[in-house]
Amino acid sequence: MTEKLATLWPEIILFTCACVVMLLGLSERLGVRRLCAPVSAAGLLIAGLFAFYKTPVDPAAMLPNLPVFGKVLAAGIGLLILGLLTGIPDRDYEARVAQGRTRFDPKRTIRSEFYAFFLFSITGLMLCAGATNLIWLFLALELTSLPTYVMVALSTQRDKSLEAAVKYFFLGAMAAAVFLFGFVLLYGATGSVELAQIGATLRHQASVEGGINPIALAGLVLGILGLCFKIAAVPMHFYTPDVYQGAASPVAGMLAFVPKAAGFFALMLLLTAPGWGWMQPGGPGGGHGSLPTPIGEILAIIAVASMTLGNVLAIMQTSVKRLLAYSSIAHSGYMLVALLAGPGRPGTLLPENGYSAILFYLLSYGLTSTAAFAVLALLERKGPDGQVHEADDFADIRGLRKKHPALAWVLALSALGLMGFPPLLGFFAKLPLFASGLAGGHLVLVVILGLNSAVAAFYYLRIVSAALLESPDASGHAEGMVQTPFRGRALAGYVGVLAMVAMVVLPLLSAGSFLHVTPASWASFGGTYKDAAPLAIAPRLPSPAKPMGAAPTGEGPMSEDAPARP
Amino acid sequence: MLLALIFIPIVAAALIPLLGKRQVFWLALAGTLVPLGIGLVMLLGMGVDWRSLTGDVFTRSIPWMPELGLTFKLGVDAVSGSLILLTLLLGPICVLCSKSAITERVRTYYGWLLVLQGAMVGVFAARDLVLFYIAFEFTLIPMFVLITLFGSTNRRAAGIKFFLYTFTGSIIALAGLVYIAWFNATKIQPGAFAGAGAWTFDLATLQSAARTIPAGTQWWLFLALMLGFAVKVPLFPLHTWLPLAHTEAPTAGSVVLAGVLLKLGTYAIYALAIPMLPAGAVQFAPVVAVLAIIGFVAIGLVCWVQTDVKKLVAYSSVAHLGVCMLGMFALNPTGFKGAVLYMLNHGLSTGALFLCIGMMYERYHTRSMLEIGGLAKKMPVWATFVVFFAMASVGLPGLNGFVSEFLCLLGAWQASDTWLAGGFVGGTPGVLGPVYVGIAVVGMVVGAIYTLQLVGKMVFGPLKTPHGDDHGHGHAHAPHAAAGEHVSLPTDLNAREIITLLPLAALCLALGLFPKPLLQAFDYSAQRTYLIVNEAREQVRLLQVDAPIPPLGPASTPSDPPGARPSGTGQGKPEVHQ
Repeated sequence: MTEKLATLWPEIILFTCACVVMLLGLSERLGVRRLCAPVSAAGLLIAGLFAFYKTPVDPAAMLPNLPVFGKVLAAGIGLLILGLLTGIPDRDYEARVAQGRTRFDPKRTIRSEFYAFFLFSITGLMLCAGATNLIWLFLALELTSLPTYVMVALSTQRDKSLEAAVKYFFLGAMAAAVFLFGFVLLYGATGSVELAQIGATLRHQASVEGGINPIALAGLVLGILGLCFKIAAVPMHFYTPDVYQGAASPVAGMLAFVPKAAGFFALMLLLTAPGWGWMQPGGPGGGHGSLPTPIGEILAIIAVASMTLGNVLAIMQTSVKRLLAYSSIAHSGYMLVALLAGPGRPGTLLPENGYSAILFYLLSYGLTSTAAFAVLALLERKGPDGQVHEADDFADIRGLRKKHPALAWVLALSALGLMGFPPLLGFFAKLPLFASGLAGGHLVLVVILGLNSAVAAFYYLRIVSAALLESPDASGHAEGMVQTPFRGRALAGYVGVLAMVAMVVLPLLSAGSFLHVTPASWASFGGTYKDAAPLAIAPRLPSPAKPMGAAPTGEGPMSEDAPARP
Repeated sequence: MLLALIFIPIVAAALIPLLGKRQVFWLALAGTLVPLGIGLVMLLGMGVDWRSLTGDVFTRSIPWMPELGLTFKLGVDAVSGSLILLTLLLGPICVLCSKSAITERVRTYYGWLLVLQGAMVGVFAARDLVLFYIAFEFTLIPMFVLITLFGSTNRRAAGIKFFLYTFTGSIIALAGLVYIAWFNATKIQPGAFAGAGAWTFDLATLQSAARTIPAGTQWWLFLALMLGFAVKVPLFPLHTWLPLAHTEAPTAGSVVLAGVLLKLGTYAIYALAIPMLPAGAVQFAPVVAVLAIIGFVAIGLVCWVQTDVKKLVAYSSVAHLGVCMLGMFALNPTGFKGAVLYMLNHGLSTGALFLCIGMMYERYHTRSMLEIGGLAKKMPVWATFVVFFAMASVGLPGLNGFVSEFLCLLGAWQASDTWLAGGFVGGTPGVLGPVYVGIAVVGMVVGAIYTLQLVGKMVFGPLKTPHGDDHGHGHAHAPHAAAGEHVSLPTDLNAREIITLLPLAALCLALGLFPKPLLQAFDYSAQRTYLIVNEAREQVRLLQVDAPIPPLGPASTPSDPPGARPSGTGQGKPEVHQ
């Protein structure tokens, strides 16, 4: 128990920080209330440092480094998103308090809840990365999602936010029910909630029955479908555009990353259970690189459908937020290709390791999409009705460079980054997706991925062109845009884009020195895979009754630092 | 040194926001002239003997993202060196020719022009596939901006079409390149050659690796690579973006586009696709040759009916590069040398023609041959240049176009198994031959017709200007006065414009009269590629054993051309994979 706790320092720190923030926000004094955001940032920073330096690595785990990488990623991008979120809670209320029109009433403020819920959500994301059993995974996923429902509702004063929150909540609850049911079936089929144990049992059953247990299969399929909601992939994607548009841009920016990352961590963990050794109909273990056939097929269909649908529908949007929502669906589709490819043989490194590819892509996507949403969050205009509108339509950003050249550049660069245009980070992140897909033998998917990237270029180019090249149109929306006074948001935008560029340029400048660290090496580290999964038919697997703790293939060859070759 | 050539323009571009409108032009000029000077000294003045060079010089290798197999690796050989010089030369020319044409958003304009310059040098200097791809793609953004912001009426559609066409193609090419890297990393025993069995995008390594890919797979990979690169060339059915982009682009944009950007495609095919996938090239040779000839003849006919001068020259680029591709896919040394020389020559003469048209456009604001004619009477200097470059482009002996066109056609003629079996001089294995050349020659005739028609209508004949009543004040037609201050221009060319054109004219003449040093420098590269391709022919033959009609090939194995290594007689090549 205590050794488990030792892996949870970052979560504990964040949780404590969230509790402190909850109290701070209730103070009568404005100065104290304002501490909410800085204290949250400090909490994230400390949690991230702890995750980086103090997370013990469990060498028996299938993905030993995923918790470390996942937690650092959550803290890092979380800091950016925190910057993005500043200024949302109590904006009008505080203004009225400041004008003396109303007295501060702790019951009416939402500031403390907002920041605390955000921290809870990040805590959930960190817990996801470190999950080892199904119950933990489920709770972590829910801890990630539940605060986001509230944050969507609180994010603006408009009815649309409430509508979005209700929609998001009910669909989210349904998705949770679906994957919970899947998890239950998995438990029923294997008699365990420990992922490692489930994997061992599945492979043992396969060796006896010659195929995957059908109940477990149903469980896995339901689990994947439910998680599609979190990552916004096709059969469960319907909420995405409405919720993104209904929520304030900062919250939409958070939705684009946090649940998606949680969903991908969960999928990665879940799929290591059956493993990738189900290649040939002649029997499992015949080769490497395939999930059980139905699961592989379903994931391939989801991937293709998400990419294609997301990109095609994104083309038709006039609202930048909806466009980014559809593009977020497409990005999930891209990453699913790497998920399908799997982590490769134990010890496989980045270009072929699909898990590392996903982590790299999440890093790149997190930075880039946060920067894009930051620009939208930074712009607002007063409508004729006196209402404040955030930037949303293309009309709002057309000719942005005239009044806000820096923001126009940030938006254009992040759009190019999302497009995967070289030499931005998005390109280097997309490269391993291609490579791992090829290594997994999914040539067709890789071609579809390539074609989809080309389709996506069209609408990202529209953003670039609108922001940097075109002139404001007759609607006057773009001229009315003023920059919101929140430095956190500006910081998130600039830091996101700068980080994106720096991660490409610095490895080149620091070449040969001890500083030579690349984002690719981090991702490669994070996706390290230790389990000798392909040996599904091997009779030497322990029986399901064996107590948990010992890795199922512990006796197999595990020291594969160099990629094994045929 | 190569780093300097790439990054001086980019650094200059980064400095531009600090400067005022007037200084920008001079900074841009410096940012292109300095690299030109460095490039000249480096490539011509440092005692590199290009004729005996058998590898890259000025190599530089910096690890970038080793996990992905990425290195920042640069180097030049004779072919890329000469193309770099062409790029560097066109740089200051583009800046000079824009002085009066661009009056709005000058900083944006020169900034992107400089960035483009750096990226183009990067393409030719890259010795790592991903670096190559990055530079190759990166040319899109500056060009997109130049077309979209500074083009004429239909510029937005032109810009988007240009971007999407090339981007789509090159993403498919990227998938092919990643496949090759993956093949090298997983299917080849480590130690077979330097870099084998590891993730790397090193050009030399992957060239060795890709050649061992089975011929059937090479067919697919070659198709993927061609989809990427042929769009840029552009090869016949993929050319539709080009006339639009050319017509809408500002003059400097057209010059860069015709002069260098199209060469990125041909260079990529010559330096990447053919040496990496020789078996694919052999299988595709007839297809590409037919498409090239269709391009040459049919697009030539399209040129004939154009009334827009710029469009005519744009289409003629498609036709000319058809010849270049025909020579390249003859897959013999003559054809290769001709094709490479053609790249340079086309850059010089067509670039110059676009310059001339731009100068005319600045004075009369029309490009229609129906509204303009007989300008020799008013602009004799300009007319001289136009006639000169038109002749160079049409292939008048003594000027540069002739040499390369002749070599391309000669190469295609010789690349014939029948010709080889018949024991004629210079025959090399191949499936082209006199018939292909016979049809292609029709294209030359058509080319002569439309070029002469262009010259005849615009330069000679009765004087015709847009408003008829023009009394020698070309600049009097203040252009739709939107463009702020209008730089007044004399009736005929001014000194700046003449300086712009003179170096191009001199080079056209020099390369026409004395192409030998260049051809000798290209010799090694051409022979090497030829050997690689010949080795692959055996592989293709084995693939086609089941084909209903066995090719003439096997009979000709004993009579391998002199100079060619005896290609895989029996034992095939060392297959290291699997």
